[in-house]
Amino acid sequence: MKPTIAIREPVVDDALDQAEAKLTPEQIEKVINEVIDKETGGRLWTYVNTCIHCGLCSEACHWFLSNDRDVSFAPVTKIKDTLWVMLKNKGKVDAAFIKRCSQIAHTECNACRRCGMYCPFGIDIAYMILVVRRICAKLEMVPLYLQDTVHSHAATMNQMWVKPDEWIDTLQWQEEEAQGYVPSARLPLEKEGAEIMYSVIGPEPKFLAQLLGNITVIMKVAGCDWTMPATAGWDNSNMAMYSGDFEVMARVERLHHETAQRLKVKKIVMGECGHAFRGAEYDGPTWMGWMKPPIPIVHAIAFYYDLLVSGRIKIAKKVEGPVTSQYPCNVIRNAGLGSKLQYIMNEVCENFVDLIPNDRHAFCCNAGGGTINCGPPWKKIRVQSAKLQSENFKRTGAHTIVTPCHNCHSGVEDIVDKYKLGMHVKFFSELLIEAMEIPEDLQP
Amino acid sequence: MYEFVSGPLVWIAFIIFIGGSLYRIYYMLAGSKKEKVVFPHMSLEHSVASLVHWVIPFNNQSMRKRPIFTIISFAFHICLIFTPIFLLGHMILLDESLNISWWTLPEGVADWMAIIVIAGCIFFLYRRLTDPVVKNVTDASDYLLLAITALPFITGFIAYHQLFAYKTILIVHILAGELMLIAIPFTRLSHMLFFVFTRSYFGSEQGHVKHSKDW
Ligand code: HEM
Ligand code: HEM
Ligand code: SF4
Ligand code: SF4
Repeated sequence: MKPTIAIREPVVDDALDQAEAKLTPEQIEKVINEVIDKETGGRLWTYVNTCIHCGLCSEACHWFLSNDRDVSFAPVTKIKDTLWVMLKNKGKVDAAFIKRCSQIAHTECNACRRCGMYCPFGIDIAYMILVVRRICAKLEMVPLYLQDTVHSHAATMNQMWVKPDEWIDTLQWQEEEAQGYVPSARLPLEKEGAEIMYSVIGPEPKFLAQLLGNITVIMKVAGCDWTMPATAGWDNSNMAMYSGDFEVMARVERLHHETAQRLKVKKIVMGECGHAFRGAEYDGPTWMGWMKPPIPIVHAIAFYYDLLVSGRIKIAKKVEGPVTSQYPCNVIRNAGLGSKLQYIMNEVCENFVDLIPNDRHAFCCNAGGGTINCGPPWKKIRVQSAKLQSENFKRTGAHTIVTPCHNCHSGVEDIVDKYKLGMHVKFFSELLIEAMEIPEDLQP
Repeated sequence: MYEFVSGPLVWIAFIIFIGGSLYRIYYMLAGSKKEKVVFPHMSLEHSVASLVHWVIPFNNQSMRKRPIFTIISFAFHICLIFTPIFLLGHMILLDESLNISWWTLPEGVADWMAIIVIAGCIFFLYRRLTDPVVKNVTDASDYLLLAITALPFITGFIAYHQLFAYKTILIVHILAGELMLIAIPFTRLSHMLFFVFTRSYFGSEQGHVKHSKDW
């Protein structure tokens, strides 16, 4: 089989370049065979021995479709250029090859699992991409910016090097902000036995603190018994899951779940983030052999849905004009919350203009799966490869795109910026704060 | 020669086909057991749901997006599987040696079904040579699989019509059929064995574990 011709602009990523310089063929061979023998089994073997090389999966992938059907971006090509070669050569490949594997697996695939839904056999390419990432991570071949977030997780147990006092300060500040809307609002820390532990991702206290204020208002209006931890374990994000460093991934997930257990809550509600849900609900627990999270995890979409359906929050004034929504892969295609998202959009917006394709068939924002965390060196190709989704947004004619996921939020902002869509990008809680009724007894 | 090829060798081919298939399925299941997540994720309900959506034509997005491919693929596979099982020529041999038989296809129909399979192989070959994605992931093994699949149908067709050298062609045909049977467990033609399992797993993971769907 001839190697794929892949034409890319050169990208300087110091971490990849350094890893390439120091890796030896013996290390590479050992790690590949270790991962294949000890960490994979029937799935990988069956996938590789079943794939009939039909290329039907290519039709699913936004990288392929956005780059004028460049074959080097097709899902099956991504496996051909990585695992097929490793398996055929029994791990005897060079450092330049591993570097290219990282480029493919970390920066050119969102592990969005759309292609699995288009392969007639249901071959899960995204799973295989994660196996490639695992091999790369064990060889320290991980893009610099992504690795930095993993270091942050390992050192601070949050993604953004947030210090313990900064965390508590931010929460207190946002409690005060919330009291501007609803004077009796509280952001209860460390309340043992509360019904809900609310957790967020590292970037919320760092860059988007107002979201913490929003949830404080929403929780008060809905009359929820909730709490947030004052200790590490508050961050539900997990970039180690995406780099392939599953040891750190497991530490992060374990601490998150143990914190909820320490607070003796009945459930964890998490902010609007897709990958965090995936890590806490699926990738973390399965790696640790738990099968199911010990305490149920509720994503913001499902939480808002419950609040709206049960009438605990009411809409006073729907958002005007056409509004559309991104469907975050990790909570829609991979968690089935599509119809709940549609419900809350219709409840809160006067004119919800749906995407085509929508629900579980909607395309990835192209920021997910850790690709946006690979940082500025890889931004150009990432945003260029979101062309298809930019056209889908444009067709809706919406003034605002709702993104109930942090990765989507940043990714869609990049899309709006690059393709000059002139649309606002908002979290659902931001719409809710505008539209929700604040009962008279709670008003200032 | 003919006696050997149409007698003991048929037995050998079937034993290898069935034994090999069982072994490969066992190997797959053993490997899956090693992965602690596979069996706990399986669910009968979602496996069946997935299969229903993927063995019925146009019952999923992927097939609806490619109508021509879907029609050809289904016609090809249906003819591929049903022709040899319900072929009069095969039944006569079976009846003579084991004294069992079942319903057979009218000969004219079987003839057309063989042509559909051959045409399907030509279509797949054409895609392999022209579609850039498929071409890029094609190697000698893919051509070999197409040849192994087409050969029993081409030779069977020639033998049935007694176009030339009947006796030789018939021997070649039987050898080609036996080769195909033997190849199924040990090449990627094993997709026939694994289809049910890969679909069931993905369907279960999407449905049972992730509360979504895979079609
Ligand atoms: C394994 C041993 C096999 C034996 C002993 C065998 C034997 C025969 C015989 C005796 C004929 C009839 C020729 C005639 O009418 O004069 C025939 C025809 C045919 N066989 Fe087989 N066959 C075998 C395997 C297969 C397999 C595996 C396939 C396909 C998957 C196949 C497909 C056909 C076809 C398509 C025809 C001709 C149908 C037509 O055009 O009417 N055979 N075979
Ligand atoms: C019930 C059993 C089988 C199932 C469910 C099945 C399913 C599939 C699927 C899903 C594909 C992918 C492309 C497409 O949709 O056409 C395929 C391709 C193919 N299958 Fe099967 N198959 C089965 C049995 C067989 C058998 C017994 C053979 C031959 C011995 C075979 C030969 C092929 C060939 C030659 C291709 C096309 C490869 C290419 O693109 O070059 N299949 N099959
Ligand atoms: S998982 Fe998503 S991004 Fe990756 S190859 Fe499949 S469709 Fe493309
Ligand atoms: S659609 Fe499935 S079988 Fe076909 S090339 Fe892609 S992964 Fe392989």
